[in-house]
Amino acid sequence: MSNSVISVISRFLEEYTTKTSNKLKVVDAYLFYILLTGALQFLYCLLVGTFPFNSFLAGFISCVGAFILGVCLRIQINPDNKGDFLTISQERAFADFLLAHTVLHLVVINFIG
Amino acid sequence: MAEQHTATDGKHKASPNAGGSVHGNSRPNAVGGGGKGGLSGGLAQPAGWQSLLSFTILFLAWLAGFSSRLFAVIRFESIIHEFDPWFNYRSTHHLTTNGFYEFLNWFDERSWYPLGRIVGGTVYPGLMVTAGLIHYVLNLLHLTVHIRDVCVFLAPVFSGLTSISTFLLTRELWNQGAGLLAACFIAIVPGYISRSVAGSFDNEGIAIFALQFTYYLWVKSIKTGSVFWSIGCCLSYFYMVSAWGGYVFIINLIPLHVFVLLLMQRYSRRVYIAYSTFYIVGLVLSMQIPFVGFQPIRTSEHMAAAGVFALLQAYALLQYLKDRLTKQEFQTLFFLGVSLAAGVVFLTVIYLTYTDVCLLYSSSYAKIHIPIIASVSEHQPTTWVSFFFDLHILVCTFPAGLWFCIKNVNDERVFVALYAISAVYFAGVMVRLMLTLTPVVCMLSAIAFSSVFEHYLGDDMKRENPPVEDSSDEDDKRSSGNLYDKAGKVRKHVSEQEKAEEGLGPNIKSIVTMLMLMLLMMFAVHCTWVTSNAYSSPSVVLASYNNDGTRNILDDFREAYYWLRQNTDEHARVMSWWDYGYQIAGMANRTTLVDNNTWNNSHIALVGKAMSSNESAAYEIMRSLDVDYVLIIFGGVIGYSGDDINKFLWMVRIAEGEHPKDIRESDYFTPQGEFRVDKAGSPVLLNCLMYKMSYYRFGEMQLDFRTPPGFDRTRNAEIGNKDIKFKHLEEAFTSEHWLVRIYKVKKLENREPLEHKLRSIVPRQKYTSKKVQGSKRPNM
Repeated sequence: MSNSVISVISRFLEEYTTKTSNKLKVVDAYLFYILLTGALQFLYCLLVGTFPFNSFLAGFISCVGAFILGVCLRIQINPDNKGDFLTISQERAFADFLLAHTVLHLVVINFIG
Repeated sequence: MAEQHTATDGKHKASPNAGGSVHGNSRPNAVGGGGKGGLSGGLAQPAGWQSLLSFTILFLAWLAGFSSRLFAVIRFESIIHEFDPWFNYRSTHHLTTNGFYEFLNWFDERSWYPLGRIVGGTVYPGLMVTAGLIHYVLNLLHLTVHIRDVCVFLAPVFSGLTSISTFLLTRELWNQGAGLLAACFIAIVPGYISRSVAGSFDNEGIAIFALQFTYYLWVKSIKTGSVFWSIGCCLSYFYMVSAWGGYVFIINLIPLHVFVLLLMQRYSRRVYIAYSTFYIVGLVLSMQIPFVGFQPIRTSEHMAAAGVFALLQAYALLQYLKDRLTKQEFQTLFFLGVSLAAGVVFLTVIYLTYTDVCLLYSSSYAKIHIPIIASVSEHQPTTWVSFFFDLHILVCTFPAGLWFCIKNVNDERVFVALYAISAVYFAGVMVRLMLTLTPVVCMLSAIAFSSVFEHYLGDDMKRENPPVEDSSDEDDKRSSGNLYDKAGKVRKHVSEQEKAEEGLGPNIKSIVTMLMLMLLMMFAVHCTWVTSNAYSSPSVVLASYNNDGTRNILDDFREAYYWLRQNTDEHARVMSWWDYGYQIAGMANRTTLVDNNTWNNSHIALVGKAMSSNESAAYEIMRSLDVDYVLIIFGGVIGYSGDDINKFLWMVRIAEGEHPKDIRESDYFTPQGEFRVDKAGSPVLLNCLMYKMSYYRFGEMQLDFRTPPGFDRTRNAEIGNKDIKFKHLEEAFTSEHWLVRIYKVKKLENREPLEHKLRSIVPRQKYTSKKVQGSKRPNM
């Protein structure tokens, strides 16, 4: 079974590198970076403890929020999904992304204490 | 009255116009959208008239809602009502005089003496900040309005905003006609007015506006899938969290909606974007309020949202993989994924139950085990009468609207169906939650009425032009997007039917229309009557009406509070039952022991014990708490039934909960089990402090030549213990109709008088020795 899982994953990776456009790959790289940052923060919290709990939460939610917003951006600029988002152009998707990040970071700065 | 009639006529005009404008555009120019698009037609077209009409109707709805809430201000004066608003007013006053940060960090040492209260961390600041902001802006423009007037008129102004957001929400769900009807309904419906009259400066006044607006933005973000609308929804949700504890309703209804959409296989990328953005940004926003703190990630009420968030991420990932892989490959990965997920869930459940995070209370747990919660009248179950009283015909037509929504289902209508079902359940549990039912009832009834009006009014033009109906259906499908497709199909069936029965048509239509209009007019009359009679009493000022209609105003409460304010020391401490704490702090500006916040049950039990014990035991408690004055409410002279003797048994029960050895509830009843204040009453009751304070000097008072002196009008009994004397208290003030009685607690005597009889000195018998008596004294 593990053999088939590995083969599935390798096939998926191969298809991913060939089929997806460069624009989406950039977004995916950004998402991967955010994921690493979030994992690091969580690991640090496990090791050192949660003392300024609001600071930990602020940082961690900032990572999760940035990841989610990146995923939303990727969904909205993917040309395959155009049917779902008739009123949203690429520029509008990016502008929404910026607005959401402004709000998110303002709140995180307030929460970090 | 004039406003209500205009509003109902306006409703009548809106629907045929909405129906007519669609047809009007379909005939000459087949291009262009329905009533809303209309750019090619120019300003003289129906679209312009439609917007003007909508604007006028919404403005009139705001005006009607505002005026309908002004009964108390016109009859009495612009004053803060009831109990809770007094605390809100005092906090807002503190905010405007001392600034925002002082308010957020305020530690109030003048309540809950000697404990104090951390106001900044135990209050929802939205109401105070809103009032403070409006006051600041108005004063900045040199319109010097006193903060009390801002507070009194805040709720009526926000009721207009609620009408507008209900209009927007219903327009997204159904169409513009239904939206206008819903706006008019919610402007005057008694269920909402009860908590938002002028003077009722309470959280619900702004919270219902925030609720409707958040739901509108949520429906918009589900429909468009745009992050912009989701962020708007988050900001509105943040305002709701700051305004009311009922935000828990939103954070459970929205995940439920997403979950039901997943179950109904209506998952789409728009749902994913809308909910993920809303959850994560909303989470961090909601934790900014000090009172909410870390609850969103700790308590069980918020776990549903987190669970659905995780589920949605997993579902979206699986959908993404499904698109990329073949079925077999997908199945292997799926199996692996499900086992991983099951493991994670299992570990999480174990962790949570071990750390005792998720304690799920049933709806009756709190009522049985915590007497304070059980004693509040607003927490009692709702009766059928209150449903009809508060909602009139809306409660009868709202199931019809629900049926229409379910029949023509799409993503948004699933939401409103869930909203309706959960609101009905909660409204049945507690009277207070009728307020959350009211908006959805207004919306669904508006949908029902709008469908009926369209059916019975819009057909006139269709019958005259049967060939046009095909193009009109096409036009509908092209024009207004998702909303009109199902409604168009309904019209097609109807028109075929109409062709068959031509003779009966106009009669039935006019009869039905007249009936509907009559129902709406009776609704308007009922709403105004209920508002005027039931929900417009300030309860600080009482009024009674004589046989000839003249009005007697009983201003005892304010008289007593102002006496306290002017005749006692600034640092004096007043003990009373917790109902009056906020009013004493607000109007008399004195330190109180317990107030309506009821956060410390033991402290309240101590006060209850003092009220129910005899004078000496009570005096010890009062000395230990540094009490200077005791305030009670007594209704025996005028027959006021909300006085402290009627609440006395609750004091006993709460005290018994904490001090079961000293206070027993059965002691206060007669051997037959009755609660009587006359001679047959239990001796423990007749000697307790509350009884003595209520009936001091009442035995000499004869109200009426038909009744004996000392006749209690509220209990309809002649009191048992007429000869009351106090050792440690003295009467300080009794108001004009004996409603409020204030007693001063005397300090300890300088010298205690001795209890036993004085020792009497008996004069000693004069005893002289016989030797000295008879003989001479020898010279020495």
